[in-house]
Amino acid sequence: MRILILLLAVILLAAPRLQAQGLDVEIIDGREAAIPIAIVPFAWDSAAMRDPTDVPAIIRSNLNRTGQFRAMPTANIREIPARGAEINMAYWRSAKQDFLVIGRVLDDPAGGFRVEFELHDVVNQRKMRELSYPIRASEFRSVSHRISDEIYEAILGVRGAFFTKIAYIKAQRLAPNKYEYGIWVADSDGYAPQRIVRNTEPFLSPAWSPDGRYLAYVSFEREGPQSLILRQHVYIHELATGQRRMVTNFKGINGAPNFSPDGRTLLITLSRSGNPEINKVDLASNAITQLTRHFGIDTEAFWMPGGNSFLFTSDRSGKPQIYALSADGGTPERVTFEGEYNAKVNVSYDGKKWAMVQGRGNVYRIAVLDRERGNPGTVRLISPGPMDESPSFAPNASMVLYAAREGSRGVLYAAAADGSVRQRLALPDGDIREPAWGPFRQR
Amino acid sequence: MNTPIRVILLAVAVAGLAACKKEVTKPETAQPSQPTAPVSQPVQEENWTDPKLLDTKPCLVARVAYFDFDQSVVKSEAMEMLRCHGKWLSSNPGARLTLEGHADERGSREYNLGLGERRGNAVRDLLLANGGRAEQVNVVSYGEERPTCTESSEGCWSQNRRAELIYTTRQ
Repeated sequence: MRILILLLAVILLAAPRLQAQGLDVEIIDGREAAIPIAIVPFAWDSAAMRDPTDVPAIIRSNLNRTGQFRAMPTANIREIPARGAEINMAYWRSAKQDFLVIGRVLDDPAGGFRVEFELHDVVNQRKMRELSYPIRASEFRSVSHRISDEIYEAILGVRGAFFTKIAYIKAQRLAPNKYEYGIWVADSDGYAPQRIVRNTEPFLSPAWSPDGRYLAYVSFEREGPQSLILRQHVYIHELATGQRRMVTNFKGINGAPNFSPDGRTLLITLSRSGNPEINKVDLASNAITQLTRHFGIDTEAFWMPGGNSFLFTSDRSGKPQIYALSADGGTPERVTFEGEYNAKVNVSYDGKKWAMVQGRGNVYRIAVLDRERGNPGTVRLISPGPMDESPSFAPNASMVLYAAREGSRGVLYAAAADGSVRQRLALPDGDIREPAWGPFRQR
Repeated sequence: MNTPIRVILLAVAVAGLAACKKEVTKPETAQPSQPTAPVSQPVQEENWTDPKLLDTKPCLVARVAYFDFDQSVVKSEAMEMLRCHGKWLSSNPGARLTLEGHADERGSREYNLGLGERRGNAVRDLLLANGGRAEQVNVVSYGEERPTCTESSEGCWSQNRRAELIYTTRQ
């Protein structure tokens, strides 16, 4: 026991340094009804040196971030069972925990490690899940996310979205007229960031393919090293190989790519006709079909599930509002009426929740339009503003990632879709914006 | 009263005087009977193909037009500048310029890209109306990606809502 507490102390001391490598964690607002769950330190039963990754801490942080759970603080945990037989249910009941997670790390006879966990229902005194994961030494973080997903699904009946990736843009001003822009991909909690491409000119609008293998994005590029002439390009970038393919680079705007649910077409904004219009690109043939025809700004198209229609931003009525249009074109139908400014819509996987930027005066907040009960739906503001933008749903629609400004830099927040809780994911340097939450990954 | 505040007040007072003076002199220059320039300085016919003119004539040195929020209407104070650049383009057929359209940070990035392009197009149309040819002007929108000022205030936003004229070939 004493050794375990000592170990715990070492882990806790190491924790701030570990956090500094990724994103800071800050719960802004709590929820009373959150489910109490204890995740105890995992036993290290391997002959190898202990890995510094604190698996239970990652799980705790994941579950807390949703607002649906309230993980017992490690400092309050007095018992550390490693196996089912060692659990003293009376203690966990007196600690008012509904669920208990225990675990251990073993050597895998085939090489590497085995991470095992058990989820126990304290109230009904039964084991709900027990799983074992063979992993390599580099996979302690990813296995923590996979275990988080299992716990989330076992308790709530909804697939967890922790074992997913997020993409975002980071900008740095190196000198008064010198910038560096990068597109980064990180774990859903912001850790393990990897830059996939960089340039001295802006990137915009990263968008995931449905299979998570590709990112589409906008890149500004000079015609030559000394050229003053800039062009916008839409690329599709394969993450595994770093290979990319240019989709369009017409004169004017080439922007706001969005993959269709089947991955075969891309909606993009082109202004080659004179002003921004929504276009559909068939990725097999590169055939382009213009879908909107209006002198207003039409942009930020986002497919509805099923791919029969899409939503987009248009200022054809004077101010930007969200419109719906059939995948074959036709006459758009305005779908937002609350708020003087609505833009950059993002739709949940089931089509029932639409997140967007809603502006009123100088305050821009993330609004979620709940269409569960049909048209016109109810609006809930889930962020405080004043400069919030780029909402992106988790693939299970439980949370929304968005960008906010703090001083003169951008930071990312993850908010519960009902606005009950939000947490800042902030990198120590740089200006972060335009988060895009990736799809579920193969388990 | 401490010194910095006094200095600021003095600066404000001087700026105010300067502004007043400007307004007073305006009607004077409109009257041709009054002498407005020293006699010793001969009035020269401007040579609109002289490369130096682009860097010395105030209306050509000016290269930025500003806009109101969510608007792409070119303000009257930018008209003289655009007339001059239009004349420069027509006098120098080889001249090429890029119009960079910009927006402030409010609202979504891709919408602001559209807004920046609209501003660039509005300036382009005026350059063409004043003698420029379509092939001389290239419009690029940066949206809100290249602010000149990064604070979240109207003082800053008004500087960022702009179209910049960038000569890629001067003549």
